[in-house]
Amino acid sequence: MTASPTAPAADATPAAPTPLVEMRGIRVSFGGVHAVDNVSIDLYPGEIVGLVGGNGAGKTSLTRVLSGARPADAGEILIDGQPATIANPRDAKAYGIETIYQTLALADNVDAAANMFLGREVTTRFGTLDDSAMEDATRKMMKRLNPNFRNFKSPVVSLSGGQRQSVAIARAIYFNARILIMDEPTAALGPAETNQVRNLVKQLKDEGIGIFLISHDIHDVFDLSDRISVMYHGRIVDTVEKNAVTTDEILGMIILGKKPGEVTSEELATLRA
Amino acid sequence: MTEATGVVQNPSGRRLPGWLRPIADATSALLDRARGLLATAEIDTRLVGMFAALAIIWILFNIVSDGLFLTPRNLWNLSVQTSSIGIMATGMVLIIVSRNIDLSIGSILGFTGYAMVMLQAIWLPTTLGLGLNQPWYWVVALAFGIALGALIGAFQGVIISYLKVPAFIVTLGGLLVWRGLIFELQSGQTIAPVDPTFRLLGGGPTGSIGDTGSLIFGLIACLGIVATLIAGRRRRAKYGFPLRPIWAEITIAVVGCAAVIGFVWVANSYPWPSQLATQYAQEHNITEPPGGLQIATGIAYPVFILIGVTLVMTFVATRLRFGRYVFAIGGNPDAAELGGINTRRILMLTFVVMGILAAISAAIQTARLNSGVTSLGVQNELDVIAAAVIGGTSFAGGIGTIPGAVLGAVVMQSLRSGMVLIRVDSPVQDIVVGTVLVLAVGLDTFIRRRSSR
Repeated sequence: MTASPTAPAADATPAAPTPLVEMRGIRVSFGGVHAVDNVSIDLYPGEIVGLVGGNGAGKTSLTRVLSGARPADAGEILIDGQPATIANPRDAKAYGIETIYQTLALADNVDAAANMFLGREVTTRFGTLDDSAMEDATRKMMKRLNPNFRNFKSPVVSLSGGQRQSVAIARAIYFNARILIMDEPTAALGPAETNQVRNLVKQLKDEGIGIFLISHDIHDVFDLSDRISVMYHGRIVDTVEKNAVTTDEILGMIILGKKPGEVTSEELATLRA
Repeated sequence: MTEATGVVQNPSGRRLPGWLRPIADATSALLDRARGLLATAEIDTRLVGMFAALAIIWILFNIVSDGLFLTPRNLWNLSVQTSSIGIMATGMVLIIVSRNIDLSIGSILGFTGYAMVMLQAIWLPTTLGLGLNQPWYWVVALAFGIALGALIGAFQGVIISYLKVPAFIVTLGGLLVWRGLIFELQSGQTIAPVDPTFRLLGGGPTGSIGDTGSLIFGLIACLGIVATLIAGRRRRAKYGFPLRPIWAEITIAVVGCAAVIGFVWVANSYPWPSQLATQYAQEHNITEPPGGLQIATGIAYPVFILIGVTLVMTFVATRLRFGRYVFAIGGNPDAAELGGINTRRILMLTFVVMGILAAISAAIQTARLNSGVTSLGVQNELDVIAAAVIGGTSFAGGIGTIPGAVLGAVVMQSLRSGMVLIRVDSPVQDIVVGTVLVLAVGLDTFIRRRSSR
């Protein structure tokens, strides 16, 4: 059921460059349950791979392995074709992997700048925190991401959902990520901000960043992705070129866990009803 | 922390009797306006509230004690008594902010204090045969105590952060173990004497820097306050950030310098006791003027240490990565870990810092007692935790300030010494302190919940 790791990419890019990321045979278990079961997936520079599936399909568990939030129980990760060890978030960041978590993972009691630079603070030549430089960088970043952002001195707990999301996004892209994992990046956003994030995603893609996009919103995924991987009960149903499928076929894969050709007409009927 | 706000801020005065409502509304409006002003000036409302509470406590005690509380003598003693708890409270802030607790500090204090006295009274003079009163004993003893405290802190910290045993349990064990170990050292005998130079760390008339030194200190402190404000303003101006209004800058400078000068003035108004002055006069062949020789005491060394520790710890908490990480961990441990922070190392280090501070306090307390006793620091952990919490440190994690905790220690010590002055029995003192602790935290939680709504 797993996607062949190289085939689709070979079609997309004739030169067949090395994938930015290759995850092979990844397994994540909680107790006896395999949240992710023998999953293989890859990502090329300047490519957006949509990762879709129902609740508990294993999308987040899979990407958490790549972010270093939870080591895999089995499988291997290759970055630029080289085997990579990602045991914690620091390792992942060293490989240029940045993540926008669904929970945002913000330290609620400190301000936007402190969050944006969390773990990577700018220091003065005396080794002390250079808060002014960090605030300056944050203000410039926010001008680009969310011009309405003004509460630079407040702890992020007091910000609106959209503002908090902006902080999380700013943090992920400020440090020149090569690989970006976006877990429901527009979940807390209104229409205008969602549009901004879409434009940003396209812009980052043009800069050659590889992006895993996790979303419940099929239309978002269809609009932005180059390829779409559908997960069902911890496995990958299939990885398909976006142009080769319809939204209905993707929906069928998400709900039934079967490839388009394998779905019976009765099943299709229940789906439409 | 302000006493008044909790009552008046009752939502729309629902539970208040009708005749109180206009007063409540007026006060509430006034407080809102005050808070607005403070916010513009970027001043911590909580800290101002604590100063107000402290002022009320001091004035009340002064009235009840017929003017005995606000005397140079009492305030000077208060400053010395506060230093030991205040020093440890600065470390407890970091521990509590990162969602842990340290119950062992009283015992660490006792153990390191006893060991320091052993070193200078037995091990160095007798065991190594170096004799008593070498001029360098105090440095070695202090360094030894600090190293011991750091080691104990590291030991507990490793168990807590790497082996994931809850801090409450580990430090509860520590409370028993370190206290018990004192008795293993010298069968729990009281050891004396402490090296004369070391003894100066405990304060007292001779353990103070005198009036000239205090004046110089005051001058430097005032210059420091002004310089810090100017430097901060320049830095923000350089990046074109919004600046604090100039009236606020001047107010902060004036209030800060006034506090420093007032403190120096009080310390210099406290003369040496007449007996000691007479003795000093005889030793230095000075003829005593009628009415006795007046020697100004000045700021005591332990108070200096407290001021130094407060400055260093504030720097650590707000200007270093370590401090930033402690607060981030307290705010959201998962986010801190996902942000790439080595959270276990940071948590371990907070306990090392705590151990070092307990050892410094141990030096002050043993020096003051002029002996090593087994009961040194008993129940200090409770006073320190209370000080940190009264000073606005939240057990929910992520919230707390170093100056707040020191102020909390001053409040605690003011209550205790004030009650001694007006001859309140010790059990009743405990009842009052316990009640104030719960009230203060209850009020604080109430206000915080209202303001976050």
